[in-house]
Amino acid sequence: MNLADHWLFSYQALIRHRLRSAMLLLAISIGVSSVLLLTSIGEGARLFIEQEFSALGAKMLIVLPGKKETTGSAPPIYGTTPRDLTIEDSETLKQISNISHVAPIIAGTATVSNQSLARDIIILGTTNDMFTVRNLKLQQGKKLPLNSHIRATPVCILGAGLAQKLFPKTSAVGQWLRIGEYRYRVIGLLEQRGESLGLDLRDMAIIPVQSAQMLFNSPALFRILLQLKQADSEAKTIEQINKAIAQRHEGEADITVVSQDSVLNAFDKTASIGAIAAISLFVAGILIMNVSYISVSQRREEIGLLKSLGASASEIHRIFLIGSLVLTIFGVLIGIVFSYSVIFLININFPDIPIAIPWWSTASASITAVVVGLLFSWLPAKKAAAVDPILALRGEQ
Amino acid sequence: MTKRPKTDTPIIKLSGINKTYQVGDQPLNALCDIQLDIQQGDYISLMGPSGSGKSTLLNMIGLLDRPDNGQYQLFDSNTELLTEELRANLRRQHIGFVFQSFHLIPRLTALENVEVPLMLSGTAPKVRREKAIALLTELGLKDHLTQLPRQLSGGQLQRVGIARALITEPAILLADEPTGNLDQKSGHEVTQILERYNSNGITLLVVTHDQALGKRAKRQLSMLDGQLVNDSKTLAPSKVMPDKTIAVQTISNKNRAELT
Repeated sequence: MNLADHWLFSYQALIRHRLRSAMLLLAISIGVSSVLLLTSIGEGARLFIEQEFSALGAKMLIVLPGKKETTGSAPPIYGTTPRDLTIEDSETLKQISNISHVAPIIAGTATVSNQSLARDIIILGTTNDMFTVRNLKLQQGKKLPLNSHIRATPVCILGAGLAQKLFPKTSAVGQWLRIGEYRYRVIGLLEQRGESLGLDLRDMAIIPVQSAQMLFNSPALFRILLQLKQADSEAKTIEQINKAIAQRHEGEADITVVSQDSVLNAFDKTASIGAIAAISLFVAGILIMNVSYISVSQRREEIGLLKSLGASASEIHRIFLIGSLVLTIFGVLIGIVFSYSVIFLININFPDIPIAIPWWSTASASITAVVVGLLFSWLPAKKAAAVDPILALRGEQ
Repeated sequence: MTKRPKTDTPIIKLSGINKTYQVGDQPLNALCDIQLDIQQGDYISLMGPSGSGKSTLLNMIGLLDRPDNGQYQLFDSNTELLTEELRANLRRQHIGFVFQSFHLIPRLTALENVEVPLMLSGTAPKVRREKAIALLTELGLKDHLTQLPRQLSGGQLQRVGIARALITEPAILLADEPTGNLDQKSGHEVTQILERYNSNGITLLVVTHDQALGKRAKRQLSMLDGQLVNDSKTLAPSKVMPDKTIAVQTISNKNRAELT
């Protein structure tokens, strides 16, 4: 039997045993799709982080309060510690030679109102360094006072969206508004910009860090953003940061320093995603084996017949292996088409989420599926080859 | 179908064939010291009660089964020494099977079913298609080429089965109860087809319960308990010795010519 005929024979078995083929195709395509979709989530997270950090510039570190003792997992957004990270702590970091800008941040929600117009929004208390570190630009007005870390000046800078909502008719700059208990004067407007590090800057107000301490009645910093002069001495700088904080915190460096690399490392868990993927394919493989076994039992008579027509055991073995191969390849194709369609739909409907199937995942999932398919049909095919033609033709087991 | 030249040397030569099956803890002698020569072009019927070993003998001749001991010579090959691969080759070249329950592959059309043996032997698609169409046309199935087995009647199914057995132009046609599942009219048609090909030179061996069908054969064999107990060509058919082996003489061409 030549190769073209093998394919033809398998193809006929595939399309003319609809239910059985559909079940197998479903199993394989689910296996392949789960691999592709899982890896696309990992890849999406990686793209997201890269995109965020590239907007910030790579020479950035984030200092979070609280020590994350275990390594290897995602950094905590909120750490817990008995000692708060304070504005004074952030001032100390300015002495480290490799740090050019230090932006302490106090964050909280408060109601912002202009007469009858009110919004509950996130307030960021920070200093002027924030504008450099986060690469923020003003479309109008001026930045925070230079002494923001010392004095609680009642001024604020609004995101473009928020200004539009609170001052629909007039220009916001120069107007007074109320944040919580206090009155602030608007001194600037941010340029339109999308989401950044999970915060939508369009609907946000920025006030001096001391004002925020007063507003929220707490000295605790949410985080400190640092910009470095040189990115390559990052490790040494982190060491110096830890030392400086430890001196101020009774010998304990109870902070977590996050760099782009460490965030990326947390998401770069292709191995674990690969493991989940392998399990999906393994399950698909077991399904292939089960259905192949059933198929062998159902086709006993046919096997006996083929033998009586002059097919040798090895030929029967080949027929069944190629049958599985044809099925697996169809299943893989269906899985790939399905996954790419899902990703395509996500990209169209949620353009902000950068999600993509990495090419290596498509390649390895396809190859693995075919290998698993062959591996798991080996035994059923061997069983088929060993069928006693006489008994099979007589319809006995 | 081309006429095959007839020769005196037997194309099938069984000597001292034994086959024992284990049934429960009792050994069952399915075949007991079988001696049988078959000439090219013979028309043989093999009769006997159920369990007498006729199907086993048929499978033995068809190379589907191996004897425990004894020799089976098919043309020039001593088959008992061959590997499974070579036995499959011999089967493909020389032997065609016709089954009681037809054994057509249900998902394949009549035409595709007939093509299967040539597909297995690696014949080019165009060649085997032409050949299968010609053969099915010859058997009166020209209008049923693309029908699936479930759309065909019993007589049509068996004719497809015969076409499949004949497409490799085998020297030997082995038919196991070919009319067993057919009504009388279709059974008669099938018998006539088989006999027509036999008269063109193919060696025909029919296993049957049907006395009428069995009697049509020029040479009739009977089996009982794994032994050949009667051969219409032995000089004295009355010399039946059920407990003893009977060496079976073959029909001579001359005698067969007289019978025709």
